[in-house]
Amino acid sequence: MTSDDIIKVVIDSKLRGRGGAGFPAGRKWSFVPKDSPKPRYVCVNADESEPGTFKDRYIMERDPHQLIEGTAIACKSINAHAAYIYVRGELGLAAVRVQQALDECYAAGILGKNVMGSGYALDIYLHRGAGAYICGEETALLESLEGKKGQPRLKPPFPAVEGLFACPTVINNVETLAAVGPIIQNGAAWWTGLSRTEAEGGTKLIGVSGHVARPGVYELPGGLTLREIIFEVAGGMRNPDRKLKAVVPGGTSCPILLPHELDTAYDFDAIKKVGSMMGTGCPAVIEEGTCIVRLLKRIERFYAHESCGQCTPCREGGDWLFKIISRIEAGQGSMADIDKIESVASKIEGHTICAFGEALSWPARSYLKKFREEFVEHVKQKRCPYGPIPVAPVALSGVVA
Amino acid sequence: MGHSSDFDPAEAARLALEHSHQEGALLPILHALQGRFGWIAPEAVAWVAERLNLSRAEVHGVVSFYHDFRDHPAGRQVIKVCQAEACQARGARHVTAQLEERLGVKLGQTAPDRSLTLEPVYCLGLCGNGPAALVDGRPYADLSGRGLARCLKGVGR
Ligand SMILES: Cc1cc2nc3c(=O)[nH]c(=O)nc-3n(C[C@H](O)[C@H](O)[C@H](O)COP(=O)(O)O)c2cc1C
Ligand code: FES
Repeated sequence: MTSDDIIKVVIDSKLRGRGGAGFPAGRKWSFVPKDSPKPRYVCVNADESEPGTFKDRYIMERDPHQLIEGTAIACKSINAHAAYIYVRGELGLAAVRVQQALDECYAAGILGKNVMGSGYALDIYLHRGAGAYICGEETALLESLEGKKGQPRLKPPFPAVEGLFACPTVINNVETLAAVGPIIQNGAAWWTGLSRTEAEGGTKLIGVSGHVARPGVYELPGGLTLREIIFEVAGGMRNPDRKLKAVVPGGTSCPILLPHELDTAYDFDAIKKVGSMMGTGCPAVIEEGTCIVRLLKRIERFYAHESCGQCTPCREGGDWLFKIISRIEAGQGSMADIDKIESVASKIEGHTICAFGEALSWPARSYLKKFREEFVEHVKQKRCPYGPIPVAPVALSGVVA
Repeated sequence: MGHSSDFDPAEAARLALEHSHQEGALLPILHALQGRFGWIAPEAVAWVAERLNLSRAEVHGVVSFYHDFRDHPAGRQVIKVCQAEACQARGARHVTAQLEERLGVKLGQTAPDRSLTLEPVYCLGLCGNGPAALVDGRPYADLSGRGLARCLKGVGR
């Protein structure tokens, strides 16, 4: 197959990026300029660190060879002779397994100077992150690979033109690349046929967590609804006496959904219609009895801590949000504080170099919009209506949030 | 982890050799130094800066940017316990309190005898079977069930 053949099959398969934004993978590869004299690179985004996301780790630990195969095909499609797999620092076991698989590939002549006797040279290197969530953002990842602080770059130039070491670069998520091998082997029609909907092809890894009976990673046909995923696949609520209160649909940065919003297809486009995102495809289920203000406080503490510090609205605003929400949770907030959440969050969104600003403000704005009365109750009662911060909650019934 | 905390330039040079040909060698070298010495001492910052032809400020900037790099020594064992949402839904707060009690250190602290450090971490990708923790990089799950005993055994308690 020529490079163009590979790109055509991947475009036809409608494979969309699994790192959060859902950009069509084949189209991304086609953006790499064919006439550039510079070397090209593929970077595998294995920095999976959005809280509640746990699908890439699964692939790397259980089937690293499939990731390597997809990476090699992506390299061939853009004529790259080197790829980097950027593994999050905390995912030690995944890194060990991927390195073992790489070593096996070198020993078997699948990687190296002459890939399977084809005369094509390809090296794949594993690189370890060092505990910074922002390095999952693709241009921060490039900075980090170059040995710098992981601070996102302004775009354009886009990485396809000027990426790693200022050379044309494709960055894809682990799950995206792991899908490529089977697509090339079985054809685009096979992949699209696996999905229940026309719009998006294939299967998707769904990592269900939170208050469900059977949390875990499931490979499911595209287009199932969140209700089906939660109640049929993951066995419903863990404690049947407690109703479902909300769902965080795809990592903590995604706007929250209410129980009546779970009947649209869980794919990139459909979920946008109810004002949220599929994100990483890892929904977290939240039961009645969970304090939304406390949940939001923890999320904002994470984002405030992980801001790379480049853009003032994000660096300062994240900390303000965390402090305001903490105050409300502790029963020391005022009605004006509630309005301040919206005012601060709306000034972060859209005013930062990368989408971290959105990741920070979307939860604040959506939790407030959908659960405003809970914030008001905290202020009125001057305490958390769900009781003080639990010190020794009952592990089994799990009312811990 | 089996590291000593005194910086040794000869040992550092041996560790850095493997990465010296590589572009973007700073992070791999820092990882290697921290793996060996347990932290990145001021002498180490100066040494790396000199070797890679960077300013100390640049190296210090990188060390302080990444949460994994330490500018002071940690305990000989490092336990990171997940505080993120999915683990919270499965009892992380209670588990953290139990760990604090059994290990005799508070979250975010190092024991006075420097035997161990207990730290928060936000999601280890074990959300389906949390609460989860890492002991010197080894994952432990199901800490509100049988995992707690296993984890404590991993710490040698
Ligand atoms: C703050 C932030 C964090 C991100 N973290 C990740 C991540 O951990 N893993 C990932 O694959 N993509 C992450 N992304 C998305 C990447 O920037 C990029 O879109 C993705 O890796 C492209 O791969 P894909 O097209 O295969 O999805 C993040 C984006 C932002 C703004
Ligand atoms: S939330 Fe604890 S491992 Fe993901």
